[in-house]
Amino acid sequence: MIHIKKYHTNNQYMHPRTIEEITILPGKNRSGNIENFSSITIRPGDTISIVGPTGSGKSALVNDIEIFAHGDTVTGRTILVNGEQAPEDFVRDPAKKPVALITQNTKCLADMAVEDFLEMHVRSRKMTDERIVEKTIALANEFTGEKIRPGVRMTSLSGGQTRSLMVADAIIISNAPIILLDEVENAGIFKEKVIECLRTHQKALIFVTHDPVVSLLSAKRIVMKNGAVECILEPGDEEKEALAEIIRMDQTFCRMRELIRAGEIIRSVNPV
Amino acid sequence: MKLIVIAGPPSAGKTAVVKQVIKRYSGEKRCAYLKIDVVRAFEDEELAAEFGIPTKKVYSGDVCPDHVGILVMKDAIGWAASERADIFIVESAGLCLRCSPFTTQSLGIVVLSAISGVNTPLKMSAMLALSDIAVVTRTDLVSQAEKEVFREKIREVNEGLDIIETNAVQGTGLRYLFRAIDEQAEISDPEKIVLKGAPPLGVCTICVGKKEIGWQNHFGVIRKLEGADFLFRGD
Ligand SMILES: Nc1nc2c(ncn2[C@@H]2O[C@H](COP(=O)(O)OP(=O)(O)OP(=O)(O)O)[C@@H](O)[C@H]2O)c(=O)[nH]1
Ligand SMILES: Nc1ncnc2c1ncn2[C@@H]1O[C@H](COP(=O)(O)OP(=O)(O)OP(=O)(O)O)[C@@H](O)[C@H]1O
Ligand SMILES: [Mg+2]
Ligand SMILES: [Mg+2]
Ligand SMILES: [Zn+2]
Ligand SMILES: [Zn+2]
Repeated sequence: MIHIKKYHTNNQYMHPRTIEEITILPGKNRSGNIENFSSITIRPGDTISIVGPTGSGKSALVNDIEIFAHGDTVTGRTILVNGEQAPEDFVRDPAKKPVALITQNTKCLADMAVEDFLEMHVRSRKMTDERIVEKTIALANEFTGEKIRPGVRMTSLSGGQTRSLMVADAIIISNAPIILLDEVENAGIFKEKVIECLRTHQKALIFVTHDPVVSLLSAKRIVMKNGAVECILEPGDEEKEALAEIIRMDQTFCRMRELIRAGEIIRSVNPV
Repeated sequence: MKLIVIAGPPSAGKTAVVKQVIKRYSGEKRCAYLKIDVVRAFEDEELAAEFGIPTKKVYSGDVCPDHVGILVMKDAIGWAASERADIFIVESAGLCLRCSPFTTQSLGIVVLSAISGVNTPLKMSAMLALSDIAVVTRTDLVSQAEKEVFREKIREVNEGLDIIETNAVQGTGLRYLFRAIDEQAEISDPEKIVLKGAPPLGVCTICVGKKEIGWQNHFGVIRKLEGADFLFRGD
């Protein structure tokens, strides 16, 4: 499958912000058969979820995107940037890398205060905006119910707080145009808020997920099976009612969770 | 035959990287492997069983493994050549962070684990300064911020060093390592291989700055590839 180039970008001068699109070209499934699609295009502002049973190759797909595979991973897929092979520094230079991958395994090991940790990242990028740490923490706090204080230690953050902070760090400090989240849904993180925020920041957001809300909120759904893309769904309005209902249910869950956390007795799922 | 020397702290992921290299070249190039460790090592048996390649190990006991590596290197190159290896991989336990096992006519790879704390690169300056490539493992486990800071610290020690980040278990991102191996020149003259740097002050002829490989070129406590004992070679 040949992808038609829109323009000729000189790789050397390509900057993360100039990403027009990412193209996924098919590889092979575990049995060695070519995947059943011609190409998948991802543009800034897109939300895509990747679903499928355990072991179906969801993480392998986001890993391919993260390193801009060119036929050199187990799946044999190729990932193009603006129709071309990604320049080497997109893969190797963190300051130029246009993708940020956050997984369940991603941890912060440094035993330092949140603000010092972010400050360290800002310094390594040689950025100068003085309020950037503050902005990052404020954004993280929009994603999580439990507020993060700048002076608290990284190691004492909850799972939800850590994930929120990493997403905010990827958006503001790394400023990556494409954000890959591998099963980071977590009781402590407001998924709708994250999706909405990434849309307004014109980021492409790709979720590996088992979560119905996240799946239905994404405009496109890639279904994986046996190491390969099985099909690509774009349900549009077809799922509108189901989405509204699942969001209502999710809100009920959130409310109950808060009440349980607050030590209340739950006598009804839908209290009046 | 190409020579690859891999060093780095215990459990950094050296063998995980070696396995990816062997996998990448299987069916194409013949690999041979030598592990130099202090008291215990299992890689020789593991790699021989998994990939069916010729392997060997040497224990250095009380002596710095990097020193022993140099003593046995000449014998070992002869052994690997007799096994008709195209790529000879030497993994050094690298416990002694004062030394560096890297030689001329080889690709020197230092392996560091991203979870070992952001200051680790500063503690391994000898090894980092003389290596050709740094492979940072376990980048699957740490935040982007820590990855970047880790890189910065490596650059502080060796500014021009080629840095490759990987999940060594999966082999992600290693395409640039394979490219460096592809581009690495064959050993041209084993007689002329020398250590890249002078080791710190010590007690043997290597410590005093004699860089030639092979016990034949050294005096004092020496070591041959075959036979587990240290010998004394006086002059
Ligand atoms: N998650 C993860 N695990 C890794 C990575 N690299 C190595 N490991 C694991 O870490 C453990 C130690 O790795 P080894 O490759 O044996 O380390 P080594 O440097 O050869 O260790 P010694 O030779 O004993 O000093 C193994 O269980 C590996 O599977 C990585 O990039 N990510
Ligand atoms: N096309 C493929 N060909 C060969 N191996 C593959 C392919 N796709 C994935 N794999 C391998 O299969 C294993 C499972 O895949 P992966 O971890 O991506 O599954 P997953 O869908 O993320 O599962 P989980 O829901 O448990 O996280 C991995 O070791 C991966 O490298
Ligand atoms: Mg997975
Ligand atoms: Mg090992
Ligand atoms: Zn030493
Ligand atoms: Zn010595």
